[in-house]
Amino acid sequence: MSLLEVKNVSFSYEKNKTTIKGVSFSVEKGEFVAIIGHNGSGKSTLAKLLNGLLKPSGGEIIVGGYSSKDKSALFEIRKRVGMVFQNPDNQLIASIVEDDIAFGPENLGIPREEIGERIDFALRSVGMEKFRKASPERLSGGQKQRIAIAGVLALKPHILVLDESTAMLDPQGRKEIAEVVDDLRKQGVAVIAITHYMDEAVKADKILVLDRGEIAISGTPKEVFSQKERLGELGLELPLAGIIAEKLCARGVNVGGVVSETELTEALWKLL
Amino acid sequence: MRDLSFGSYFPAISFVHKMDARAKILIAVAYMVAVFLVTAFHFLGFGACLLFVLIATIAAKVPFKLVLKSIKTIIFFVVFSAVLQLFFNKSGTVVFWVITDVGLLNAGFIIARIILIVLGASLLTLTTSPVELADGIEGILYPLKWIKFPVHEFALIMSIALRFIPTLIDETDRIIKAQKARGADFESGNIFKRAKALIPVLIPLLISSFRRADELADAMDSRCYAGSKNRTKYKKMHFTLRDLLGVILVAGLIVGIVFLNNFYLLSELATIAGAL
Repeated sequence: MSLLEVKNVSFSYEKNKTTIKGVSFSVEKGEFVAIIGHNGSGKSTLAKLLNGLLKPSGGEIIVGGYSSKDKSALFEIRKRVGMVFQNPDNQLIASIVEDDIAFGPENLGIPREEIGERIDFALRSVGMEKFRKASPERLSGGQKQRIAIAGVLALKPHILVLDESTAMLDPQGRKEIAEVVDDLRKQGVAVIAITHYMDEAVKADKILVLDRGEIAISGTPKEVFSQKERLGELGLELPLAGIIAEKLCARGVNVGGVVSETELTEALWKLL
Repeated sequence: MRDLSFGSYFPAISFVHKMDARAKILIAVAYMVAVFLVTAFHFLGFGACLLFVLIATIAAKVPFKLVLKSIKTIIFFVVFSAVLQLFFNKSGTVVFWVITDVGLLNAGFIIARIILIVLGASLLTLTTSPVELADGIEGILYPLKWIKFPVHEFALIMSIALRFIPTLIDETDRIIKAQKARGADFESGNIFKRAKALIPVLIPLLISSFRRADELADAMDSRCYAGSKNRTKYKKMHFTLRDLLGVILVAGLIVGIVFLNNFYLLSELATIAGAL
């Protein structure tokens, strides 16, 4: 059984105007799914549907056997699907790191001793053990966002949804978050990243391209980024490695249709 | 501007820092009651209060300079109250110009009272972090749950407010800079003009606060927040011997002052009776 199943989900904020139309996909254990699309394509709305912040107007979302149709299952769904948003400042609720991370487990009614263990675990997962007693105010953007992720991880979710969580960060901060995501996947946590950075999406196992609330293209990064014209129509670009590969091909250096950095290095090595 | 944010916590490991925040708040309130119990002309009570603050400051390992700094911020208020007493107290005999002996005494009395209260309050905020203060207030209010007062929600609101003070100060700075870049003038003109100039700062601040509140609500929902029901607490407060000692000390102070007041009263009665 999949960790998360989205079945023909639709949603509209206003009548006669659907924001999400018949979206279906599933997420497996440890899988990394990237959702991309231009502004207003419905990415963030889809994210909010995944953990029940919004209720689908059609179709259903099934998480660990709990359906989004069942109102009493909301708590169970949110326990399993953790969500990290764009602005770390608006997600931290306490003035001390450990108090903030304790917030989630406290809500679950976990005994005190175990909350301590979960704080240790969450801080270790994001590599912020040293900052347990620190004040988030004094941390960098990347560090703050790592604390926000730790706050969600303390709930021990099966799926982590990153809703443009790197959009406000500098390159260093984005790198920090990418490393955390890699570690989490090794632990079997599935990650759904909503992003407009193609270089992040290219690392995913599966990419969903959203356009006007519908899935326009889906598949592996290779499958998706090979459809350059279609992506252009949707207002999207290739990742940097893809652009370089394309230009190299045009100049007669045949590296093939590679899209990721590692593939590109690999192809270049072979040519040398 | 950041230092403005509610009290000036002085981190240290000391007897007073380790005390239970609930006990500290209660002791601080009791101490203020003690200061108010001291009646005019009985300055010995003030001496006892001062001694109490001195002992607490030493036990808190807080530099005296820092404690005294708190007086600086209210110096205008102190001088103002004292001057009022000096010039408008008509009882007693005139010592100099319009100043009477009773006025002089009252001025001194008021200065001592305000300074002692501020010293006590600043010692509380110097030794207790805002988070601990919020937790302490929650602990003290806990019995109100009995009359259905939403103690948990109240405490959460307090701690979120504390958390967002620095964030909003930063935001205000940013908006002021942005408006200045657009040619806004905050420095010239009279006080009304300058207050009016702040409107283009306050409106964006208000709107962005609402947006932040929305996002915070989503983040809290995502972390399974469902009110105080079935909620556990990670940090637990412990009432220890330390706190008991503090309570005994402040209780001693109050009893001493009450005794002193009545002792003077008794002795005065005795002299009156003797004179008769």
